[in-house]
Amino acid sequence: MIEQTAIETPSVYTDSTDELLIDIRDLRKSFGKNAVLKGFNLQLHSRENLVIIGRSGSGKSVLLKCIVRLERPDSGLLNVLGRDVPSLNQTEMDLLRADVGFLFQGSALYDSMTVRENLEFPLRRHPEKLRDIDIEQLVLEALDSVGLVYAVDLMPEELSGGMKKRVALARTIILRPKIILYDEPSSGLDPITAKEIIKLILDIQEKYNTASLIITHDMDFARIIANRMVILVDGINYAEGSYAALNNSDDPKIKAFFK
Amino acid sequence: MNRVLTFFNETGLITQFAARYFRELVKRPFEFKELLRQCYLLGNKSLFLVVVTGFIMGIVLTLQTRPTMIEFGAEAYMPSMIGIAVVREIGPMITALICAGKIGSGIGAELGSMRVTEQIDAMEVSGINPFKYLVVTRITAMTLMLPLLVIASDTISLFGSFLIENMKGDVSWTLYFSKVFEVLEFGDLIPSIIKSFFFGFAIGLVGCYKGYYSKKGTAGVGKAANSAVVLSSLLLFVFDFVAVLITDIFYEL
Repeated sequence: MIEQTAIETPSVYTDSTDELLIDIRDLRKSFGKNAVLKGFNLQLHSRENLVIIGRSGSGKSVLLKCIVRLERPDSGLLNVLGRDVPSLNQTEMDLLRADVGFLFQGSALYDSMTVRENLEFPLRRHPEKLRDIDIEQLVLEALDSVGLVYAVDLMPEELSGGMKKRVALARTIILRPKIILYDEPSSGLDPITAKEIIKLILDIQEKYNTASLIITHDMDFARIIANRMVILVDGINYAEGSYAALNNSDDPKIKAFFK
Repeated sequence: MNRVLTFFNETGLITQFAARYFRELVKRPFEFKELLRQCYLLGNKSLFLVVVTGFIMGIVLTLQTRPTMIEFGAEAYMPSMIGIAVVREIGPMITALICAGKIGSGIGAELGSMRVTEQIDAMEVSGINPFKYLVVTRITAMTLMLPLLVIASDTISLFGSFLIENMKGDVSWTLYFSKVFEVLEFGDLIPSIIKSFFFGFAIGLVGCYKGYYSKKGTAGVGKAANSAVVLSSLLLFVFDFVAVLITDIFYEL
């Protein structure tokens, strides 16, 4: 069990002055006859930690993939950082992607490259992000943020699951994204490592001023990190609110997640 | 009926994949460093296998045909016959088949496992074009490296054949190779090299296609590697058939 007392719940909450970073309205996505998203709505503001929970196969990962256009939605409004994602051309999309970090469930480190090369790889292809800053300096700074400077020359196969997650996080923040999407950041990790990852996510949010959209099944994780939660049921945002508010709900579909 | 549809569907998809390769090939940015790395990995690391098989092929071919040639009193034609057979057909085809097995399956498995572990998606969400970085470099490297491997294999094959001729028929180095080059013309070498480019392209294309669109799961990776070998070997024979038909037209002119 993760002790809530060990890590403070973030104090940043959405207010009217916060910038709207992601605006999703009536988003629909089907795979053949299987409708996964059936009119999903979501707004993510700057400095916010928004957690999405839902059953396996309910379309949470599909939603994240739609945001970075790994999947194309069938219909609906999908606006990220003021840009209409489905209508962007490839160059515009690549520039937008540099502002939206994505932490994959399995870390997705490039296994033929060292940790250093993994971090350098996106940087070298986005020279606009460098602005006279030394690549080496950025790599070491990102690794320092996750406490893994000593692993700079290791190969991914030499890292533990938790270390891989931290390196993946370093690779995500190296481009200084405004939004980070987390796909099950605590999956496959022991409770202590999961707690370290939570702390890391909060530290990074504070240091780089990012907004986070987090998918998780881990309710302890959600309780600690979420400013706001969305419950995805039957392809729609079934319920929305703080952890405490949803936890006190009488709706059996909501209660099922908090047992 | 379903199989026929699948065949045409697959053919269409591979053609689209090839068309995308040519589009991306001429678009900036060019991944020269990765191209060179792939040339080293696909070319240099296959050299030993290709050279060993080429050497054995030359020896076996000579040992198998020699008794028959002696029976007809035509042993003087051995170097010419082996030279033409190796350069025109056996060298390119055997080298390509070996590369289809080693490199085609390797590319299929590598890209397949990158797809399964979301590394290709990770590239895409970092704003990097994975097709350009992974596919264009591998197909180009394979297209450039196979002709060089074929030349190496042909050379070693002829050397193997010479060793047998020297041991069994006391044929000197100078006599053997002057006989080989007496009959070999540019008309034999050039079509052989040109078709090797196509063979290399086919191996790279099929390996990348199968790996890039591999189904999720470890079974998908295995299937990608396996079907990359099967389909590229089949394509090699089709390309060879077409190449021989075209070359034959030029020989008759």
